Amino acid sequence: MANLAAVVGIGQTSYTTKRNDVSIAGLVREAAVNALNDADLTWDDIDAVILGKAPDMFEGIIMPEIYLTDALGCNGKPMLRVHTAGSVGGSTALVAASHVQSGTFDRVLTVSFEKQSESNAMWALSNPQPFSTHLNAGAGGYFAPIIREYIRRSGAPADVGIKVAVKDRLHGARNPLAHLQLPEISMEEVADSFMLWDPIRYLESCPSSDGACAMVIASEELADKASKPPAWIRGVAMRSEPTMYAGREEVNPQAGRDCAADVYKQAGISDPRKDLDVAEVYVPFSWYEPMWLENLGFAPEGEGWKLTMEGATSLIDGGDIPWNPSGGVLSSNAIGASGMIRFAEAARQVRNDAGDHQVPGAKLALGHAYGGGAQFFAMWVVGAEKA
Amino acid sequence: MSDENEMITGIEVPIYLKYNFTAGAAPARFLSQLKEGKLTGQSRSDPGAPVYVPPRGSCPATGQPTDTEVEVADKATVQSFTIVHIPIPGNPIEPPFVVANLVADGANISFIHLMSECDNEQVHIGQRVQAVWRPEEEWDYSMDNIKYFKPIDEPDVPVEHIGKLPVTGLEA
Repeated sequence: MANLAAVVGIGQTSYTTKRNDVSIAGLVREAAVNALNDADLTWDDIDAVILGKAPDMFEGIIMPEIYLTDALGCNGKPMLRVHTAGSVGGSTALVAASHVQSGTFDRVLTVSFEKQSESNAMWALSNPQPFSTHLNAGAGGYFAPIIREYIRRSGAPADVGIKVAVKDRLHGARNPLAHLQLPEISMEEVADSFMLWDPIRYLESCPSSDGACAMVIASEELADKASKPPAWIRGVAMRSEPTMYAGREEVNPQAGRDCAADVYKQAGISDPRKDLDVAEVYVPFSWYEPMWLENLGFAPEGEGWKLTMEGATSLIDGGDIPWNPSGGVLSSNAIGASGMIRFAEAARQVRNDAGDHQVPGAKLALGHAYGGGAQFFAMWVVGAEKA
Repeated sequence: MSDENEMITGIEVPIYLKYNFTAGAAPARFLSQLKEGKLTGQSRSDPGAPVYVPPRGSCPATGQPTDTEVEVADKATVQSFTIVHIPIPGNPIEPPFVVANLVADGANISFIHLMSECDNEQVHIGQRVQAVWRPEEEWDYSMDNIKYFKPIDEPDVPVEHIGKLPVTGLEA
């Protein structure tokens, strides 16, 4: 049985197109210092550092964790790098949590980042493969056919994706850290935006952001003494599956369903829509909200879009299960950090510390990340109470 | 020139890296057969095992080797697709163009390829297509030996049968 652990400090940078004022080292340090300040701790209080980022080719710096040890105050301390593509921010938080839950360390700093302005993710995801034609058009090109198949089989109306795009940007306008600040966005504006990878429009896609996110995770004994309310880690799960195998269910991946079932069981959740108060879910393209509503069991298969259209996932419409009150990946996408931001924002909600995007009275929250060809999944459930 | 005092804070310095790709046994066989104008896949040796095109040497579902070669058809079915409206880095192709996930008759997994000689707005899931090959003298160790796939006059494949057609396609 794992020991109890909790998030006792959260630090983020603001998310923006270009942080010209800081290097990558400066960016990660800023998030880490913010997390230490939030936890009312210093570098000396940290036993180990767990770092995550998306593939090295994005910035063209191989093994950046090596040179970031100085910036993260971990010379002479254990440090570990986690790699799981776009889900890495979530996986990194889980690896950090496991080092406390196992009793290996009492207090761990975990950080993830991306500096997309120094990278070209579209190029890095479009490199030719000798056994295929060179038609890989980035992440959008990969996910667009899967979204098309979801639309076909669910019979969802064409404007579901547009509705999500508007909802998450209206949420993001309440979050001063969010990259896109679009308080006036409308359905018409999204519908009229440029089609990139049909059926994905420009405003149905995430932006490219610079940013970093950090958390301090502590043992039960230390979390009990924390200066601010801890977010207790009530369940942790990771699952993965191959990118390509015959008969793979790409719209509703088995790894995602299995991961959700595992994390819900640990947290005592039988009906996620009822039992959870809020969810921060990795939605980089708008249609992934209804798809993940089904994959994560908030709605029966083929009916996720109905929750979206009813406003159930909107904080502003007073929905019963707000998704991505922070604005989500659609408002800020520092790729390597995006998963950890979901985990951290879930923790902010149950600490009652989410500012203008606080879900009133939130006690139990889901943080979710996915990556690769929707094949890597990481999830945690955090609560205001220990059990 | 603008302000002579303007500080230079960054410059772009592209770096080009040329490398040799070591294909390994399965892709090497696949690419060699392509040079002969044949589209081939591989499967595990147990009966009814799925056929992978292109083969990568092992079955991703079980980890077992795919040691049985299967020639598949150059006719295929559209499993899904996207119409891309932006350029692909390093590819001169002009948008908009259709990139389709295609399953060749006799194969059980899709690959992506270009669709052309079609009205982009009429492309649909279940549509039947066939390869348009480059002239034989241009054939190389490459999927680019197929210029693109074009629609053919055959009835649509019901969704539940996509990825399960025999090599003879709809005729069987």
